[in-house]
Amino acid sequence: MHIHLTVNGQLHEADVEPRLLLVHLIRDVLRLTGTHIGCDTTHCGACTVLLDGRPVKSCTVFAVQARGRHVTTVEGLEQDGQLHPLQEAFMAEHGLQCGYCTPGMLMTGYAFLKEHPRPTEEEIRWAISGNLCRCTGYVNIVKSIQHAAAALAAPRPAGASQGGA
Amino acid sequence: MALRTSPEIGGMGHSLRRKEDPRFIRGKGTYVDDIQLPGMLYLDIARSPYAHARIVRIDTARALAVPGVLAVITGQDLAKYNLHWMPTLMSDTQMVLPVDKVMYQAQEVAAVLATSRYAAADGAAAISVEYEPLPVVVDPRKALEPGAPVLRTDKKDRKDNRIWHWEWGDRAATDRAMAEAEVTVTQDIYIPRIHVASIETCGCVAHFDKVEDRLTVWMTTQAPHAIRTVFALVAGHVGLAEHKIRIISPDIGGGFGGKVPVYPGYVIAVAASVLTGKPVKWIEDRMENLQADSFARDYHITAQLAGRRDGTLTALRITTIADHGYTDAAANPSKFPAGLFHVCTGSYDLRAAHVAVDGVYTNKPPGGIAYRCSFRVTEAVHTIERMVDLMAHELGMDPAALRMKNFIRPDQFPYRSALGWEYDSGDYAAALRKAMDRIGYADLRREQAEKRARGELMGIGISSFTEIVGAGPSKHFDILGLKMFDSCEIRIHPTGKAIARFGTKSQGQGHETTYAQILAEELGIPAKDIKVEEGDTDTAPYGLGTYASRSTPVAGAAAAVAARKIRDKARKIAAHLLEVAEEDLVWEPGKFSVKGAPGKAKTIQEIAFAAYTDHPQGMEAGLEAVSYYDPPNLTFPFGSYICVVDIDKGTGQVHVRRFVAVDDCGNIINPMIVEGQIHGGLTMGLAPALYEEISYDESGNVQGGSFIDYLLPTAVETPRWETDKTCTPSPHHPLGAKGVGESATVGAPAAIANAVVDALWHLGVRHVDIPITPPKVWKLLRERGVTE
Repeated sequence: MHIHLTVNGQLHEADVEPRLLLVHLIRDVLRLTGTHIGCDTTHCGACTVLLDGRPVKSCTVFAVQARGRHVTTVEGLEQDGQLHPLQEAFMAEHGLQCGYCTPGMLMTGYAFLKEHPRPTEEEIRWAISGNLCRCTGYVNIVKSIQHAAAALAAPRPAGASQGGA
Repeated sequence: MALRTSPEIGGMGHSLRRKEDPRFIRGKGTYVDDIQLPGMLYLDIARSPYAHARIVRIDTARALAVPGVLAVITGQDLAKYNLHWMPTLMSDTQMVLPVDKVMYQAQEVAAVLATSRYAAADGAAAISVEYEPLPVVVDPRKALEPGAPVLRTDKKDRKDNRIWHWEWGDRAATDRAMAEAEVTVTQDIYIPRIHVASIETCGCVAHFDKVEDRLTVWMTTQAPHAIRTVFALVAGHVGLAEHKIRIISPDIGGGFGGKVPVYPGYVIAVAASVLTGKPVKWIEDRMENLQADSFARDYHITAQLAGRRDGTLTALRITTIADHGYTDAAANPSKFPAGLFHVCTGSYDLRAAHVAVDGVYTNKPPGGIAYRCSFRVTEAVHTIERMVDLMAHELGMDPAALRMKNFIRPDQFPYRSALGWEYDSGDYAAALRKAMDRIGYADLRREQAEKRARGELMGIGISSFTEIVGAGPSKHFDILGLKMFDSCEIRIHPTGKAIARFGTKSQGQGHETTYAQILAEELGIPAKDIKVEEGDTDTAPYGLGTYASRSTPVAGAAAAVAARKIRDKARKIAAHLLEVAEEDLVWEPGKFSVKGAPGKAKTIQEIAFAAYTDHPQGMEAGLEAVSYYDPPNLTFPFGSYICVVDIDKGTGQVHVRRFVAVDDCGNIINPMIVEGQIHGGLTMGLAPALYEEISYDESGNVQGGSFIDYLLPTAVETPRWETDKTCTPSPHHPLGAKGVGESATVGAPAAIANAVVDALWHLGVRHVDIPITPPKVWKLLRERGVTE
């Protein structure tokens, strides 16, 4: 099937098998390898991307389901050479170790903060409960998201972008 | 430890941001599955549905008819090159692909080579195998019974399923102490089979270049150099000499011991690439990872602890059956088939101890790797910490008081344990006191008494563990004969910047940052000016890799020693430049200055430049050094953990209300990274304590073979860890440091299990095996009439 879709603001076209998973389109066809695969049962969340702004596990979405829609991957968080505050926060709070779950955590955290700009710790923990991390014990991931929430809430210089899609 | 360098230099003790992070938070890391080469083929594997069966026929016709499928590889194909079996790290043998029979469910049966990932999977699904089922042996105790089917029929002289019997310690002295004891406690403890489940599974891209006659393998491995040597030893007869092999371990998505062994998939991918001359990618999926890759633990333990009525502990006896699956593919130092299990006397001053372990074959996948622990140390710690608690309860003593009474005292270090280890340093009472103060131990005991009076179930559990990491001294430690040193090679460039390469391989531990900090500490070159590389066998010095918390104790020490060699040469160059005697120079991080004339100085950058532009006559140019560090001893990090649990009487669910972890890993390189390691370790301690288990039904069908039923803790189950530290430097490590990445995994499960038993002791519960699941607790409560 011939599909077109927008990934990180850029229009792409591809001929795909109907069964091709979105994560394989992103990784193997479009060569955006920041989105990772960690399981085959939609549990680990390493493959989380945004589909029209909503986080989805791209191992459980067919590429054809993304036809005509907007996909945002971890590569789309940085805007005009400026890291998103969430990316800065993960570095500041040591919110990552091996880095494998990190893109999924960032995408889930990004979508969550859009909806919950002033989250409680409990809300953050539930929000990322579909993303598994084996290295950090989540403590510093939670701190990173809190850190980013504070940074996003702080008054910004005029003209500064919120970043992201 | 006081800081010796400025934040700009960023030596030891600074919480520097990690050098690794900018690429990872942008999605720009390079993991094995990210590598895509022109013309690359894909490998997928068909696996056995049976735990034990004879292969009657493998029909590949339907698979070969799948569009895109190029070939099917079976054991018969590999047998032509004598590659159908391979040695394990414990010098046992493991099938790459079977020619005769399968020995566990999910064992590799045949491999499909195709032009795409999907075609390879279609091909694997289309392979049809006719099996003749054989009797299955799941329980290792039954495997040892007379008349049990002998599983390893490939070994002509084998008459039973006992792989080895291993004993350590003074049996007679222990028997005597047991006989003389005023009180003994005995307990069966099962530490179940679990899996590291790193979020990245295993895989490789093998590329045999026919023109260059050279094999490059990008591989999820924690030990690239050892793997290169193993490949050369296994495949030397087909022309793969060691200089023709390059192993590259790129970014690794978590290891925890699971990426130490060589799995059949790697070998098949290499063979396929050598035969086709094309790059071949093999990436296992999560179910393959959980069901076929090396497991951890699976120890059936019986322990007996002896003491006097006043609470003095005297002796420990342990017998254990170790279920290894169908082959002993553990990742242990060669001399120690049960790893370092004989550190099981723990933090206590015992007079006598004896350990006996039997390794046993069953119809399960092979393994015996660590799960974020140093060679069976979690098994040891869990046993002694459960037994000490059992003794305390038996004697009616407070578990903290019993520990305090029996701890090895600070003035006893270096301490020779009853089982022969020489503990380097420790202050166990200080760590426990700190944990008790931090959590408010006395208040919690009062609260518990009040709650118990009201019929509520609350428990407090302690674990005062001693770890043993940094394998290891070459006198005792090798893997397949390779001594367990590790290495660092430093090159200082003319402009004073540097590159350093190591024989280890980070899988998330942050080596690029911490190693740079060690060199910054020793040389005064800012950490940001030092590039750290690992994982490429063509460029890095030989080393045994990263596992068992050995990177800081061994390669970290190599970094310090290599840096000091450079400093020695730098001193000579500085003396030449300043026209003074070497003895007249004083070093402070970053420069040599003349005694009594601090204005007369040369920075390390000036010295580096001179090493290439103005070096003394008679001295070699350049500023480089290498160290292959053979540690004089292991390091013994320790800590005390206290856990508070509340148990729901209706559901049996255990809620970890608080968990205080006081760790001591000696001098700390990067406090932020150390704390992160402890957070992660604690969560991997919580996991087997409450959630994770891989078990088998009587037919050998795996239970817990996917993330549907193998339960990794999420952020919701994970408690808010409270961490603290004491600092007792290692006296023999050049930096006074000890390993830390695994302490928490080793120490945490016992604290949780002890808390649960503490909550249930008054109901007559003496022990609960991990994982302590709600159904298990609910059943105990129901049997005691506590719940309906």
